[in-house]
Amino acid sequence: MIRPISTRFTPGSYRGVRDIDVIIIGAGHSGLAMSAQLAAQDIEHVVLEAGDIGQRWRHERWDSLKLLTPNWTLNLPGLMYDGNDSHGFMHKDEVAQYIQMYARAVSAPVKRDSRVHRVYPSGNGYVVRTTQGEWRCRAVVLATGAYADPVVPRLAEAIPADVEQITTRDYKRASDLPPGKVLVVGGSATGLQLAEEINDAGRDVILSVGEHVRMPRKVAGRDVYWWLMRSGVFWETAGEMDDIHRARKLPSPQLRGGSGDLTLESVAKKGVEIVGRFAGVRGRTAQFSGNLPNLCKSADLKLIRLLQRFNEMDHVNLQEPDLLIEPTVLPRSRLCAELGSGEVRTILWATGFKPNYEWLDVDTFDRKGGLRHTGGIVDAPGLYALGLPVMRTRASTFIAGAADDTLAVSQHIRGYLNNQAHTEYTAITAIA
Amino acid sequence: MQNNAAQQNQTVDNGVNVEALLGAREALTEAPEAAQFTWRASSRWIHGTHTQVGVHSFHGLGEEQRHKTEFKFDSDHPEVFAAEDIGPTPVEYVMVGLAGCLTAGVASVAQNRGIQLNKVTATLEGQMDLQGILGIDSDVRNGFNDVRVTFDIDADATQEEIEALVAQSQKRSAVFDVITNPTQVTVEVN
Repeated sequence: MIRPISTRFTPGSYRGVRDIDVIIIGAGHSGLAMSAQLAAQDIEHVVLEAGDIGQRWRHERWDSLKLLTPNWTLNLPGLMYDGNDSHGFMHKDEVAQYIQMYARAVSAPVKRDSRVHRVYPSGNGYVVRTTQGEWRCRAVVLATGAYADPVVPRLAEAIPADVEQITTRDYKRASDLPPGKVLVVGGSATGLQLAEEINDAGRDVILSVGEHVRMPRKVAGRDVYWWLMRSGVFWETAGEMDDIHRARKLPSPQLRGGSGDLTLESVAKKGVEIVGRFAGVRGRTAQFSGNLPNLCKSADLKLIRLLQRFNEMDHVNLQEPDLLIEPTVLPRSRLCAELGSGEVRTILWATGFKPNYEWLDVDTFDRKGGLRHTGGIVDAPGLYALGLPVMRTRASTFIAGAADDTLAVSQHIRGYLNNQAHTEYTAITAIA
Repeated sequence: MQNNAAQQNQTVDNGVNVEALLGAREALTEAPEAAQFTWRASSRWIHGTHTQVGVHSFHGLGEEQRHKTEFKFDSDHPEVFAAEDIGPTPVEYVMVGLAGCLTAGVASVAQNRGIQLNKVTATLEGQMDLQGILGIDSDVRNGFNDVRVTFDIDADATQEEIEALVAQSQKRSAVFDVITNPTQVTVEVN
C-alpha cells in the first residue's frame, strides 16, 4: 500500500505522542478480528484495551452464563473452532480464554490497560488520548461493543428506595440477592434464564415481559442457528429489512446455551409468575401492561413465519411436528405488584445494554444518542464501528458475524487510507 | 418478506392511502416536533347523568387543525340505573374508541401488506364489577376487569396473515395502549 505521510513521525518520538495508521479501540472478539484483517492487508495498527482481554466476559456477567450459539459457529478470521465439543456451548470464562487464545494466535498488537479518555478529530485523522499517553492516527475503529452499559428504563427513578435494584452487569448469582420476591424485568434470553435460575434457587420470581422473540433450540434435530445461517436469515442485511429500527431494538431470542427449549411457558411451569411489560410506578405499586397476550401471539406468529422460511429452502421439507407451533398459553397475568416490604424486594433489570461512546468527541450521533453509521462506516471520515446490533447483518453482534463484518469494514479502511494518501500526495506536489 | 405485497399492491384497495401515511412517517421522523399532537374534547352537563361532549379542534403538524364539522356525543346511563338513556355510557365510548382504532389499524396494515379486505367486523365486551364504582368493595377496581375483542375478517389472505394483521394493529393502536398501560391524568378546577 501507499505509505501514509504521518509515518514520517516515528512512533513515540514526539513528546510521547505516537503516530499510527489505525487505532482499534477494544480487544474483544471484534477488535481482534479487525486486527487480523488489517494485518493480512499489511495495515499498521494497534489495539487499545481498557483492561485485559476478555474482561467483560470474566467480570461483568453472571456466573452461569453460556453463549447462545453452539461452538461450531465460532470462526474468527484465522481461527476456526477446533475443540472436541462442536455442539456444546461455551461458558463465559471459556469465551474469555478463547478470545485470549485468539489474540495470541493472530499476534494482535494489543496495548493493555490503555483506557481511552477522548477521541477527537485533528488534521486528517484523530487524536486518541489514553491512560498510557496520546496517539495520532488516520482511522479509528470503535470495537467497544454494544454491551458496555446496562440500559435501565426511566421509571426506575420512581421505585421506592428500599427496593434493591441490580442490573445483569452486576448480578452474579441468586444467593447474593436480598431475601424476598424478585422482579426480573426483560423477556430476552437473559431475562428468562435468570428468572429460571433465581426461581430454581427457591426464590419467588415475577418476570415482566414486553416484546420478545420465541425461538426453539432445535428444528428437525438441528440447532436453530444452523437453520438461521443456512436459510440466510442470519446474514440478512440491514438494507433488506422492513423495519431496521425495530430489528436493532429486538431483545435476544429466548434460548439458553444448552439443550431444551426456554420459553415463557417453560419458566411459568416451573413457578415463575409472568406479567406484562413494566409500564409504570404509582407510589409503591408497580404497574404492568395488559398487552401480554398480544405480544405472545405476535411472537408465536413470527416463529411460524420463520419456520416457513426455513421450509422454503431447497431440499427442505419440514413436516409436523417440526412445523407445529403450539400457541403460548399463560395464566392470566396480574397488572400490579406491591414494591417494598409488601412483596417485591429486588428488581433485576435484564433490559439490555447500550454502547458507551462518552469519550468520542466527534459530531456523529443521532438525536437519540445513537451512532450514525451505514454498515459500520460511521458518518465521519476515517471512523468505523463494529459489533453493533444488526450493524451490517443480523450476525453483527455474534462472534460468528465478526469475520464478515471486519473483512468488509477493513476493505473500506484500506480504500480510505489509500485514497487519503493519494490526495495528500497530490496536494503536496501541487504546492511544490 | 411480505409475500404477496409485491404482486398485489396495485390491485389491493382498502381505501387507505398508505403512501401518504408512510410519507407522514418519514416527514415526522425528520421533524419530531410536528409529531406532537393535542386532542381535545369539551363537555357540558345537561341534566341528570346526561352530558354532551363536542369534538372539533385539535393541534398537530405545528398548527391548529379542525375536523370538517363539530361532532357531538351524548353520554348518559341506561334506565336500569334510573337514568334517561339519552346516549351510551362513557365506558361504552371507550369500546367505541377501541373498535374504531383497532379496525382502522387492520385496514392500514392490510393495505401496507397488500392484503385485500372484504369484510371486517368486531364484537367487543368489557367486563365490569359494579361493586367498584358503587363503593361496595374497595378491592374491586372501577374500570374494566377484562376486555374482549373478537374479529371476524374476510380477506384474501391465510388465517395466519389475518392473525398477524390483528396483532400488528394492536401494536400500533393508540386506544389499545391507553387501555392497557397506565397514563398520567391531571384533573383541575378553574
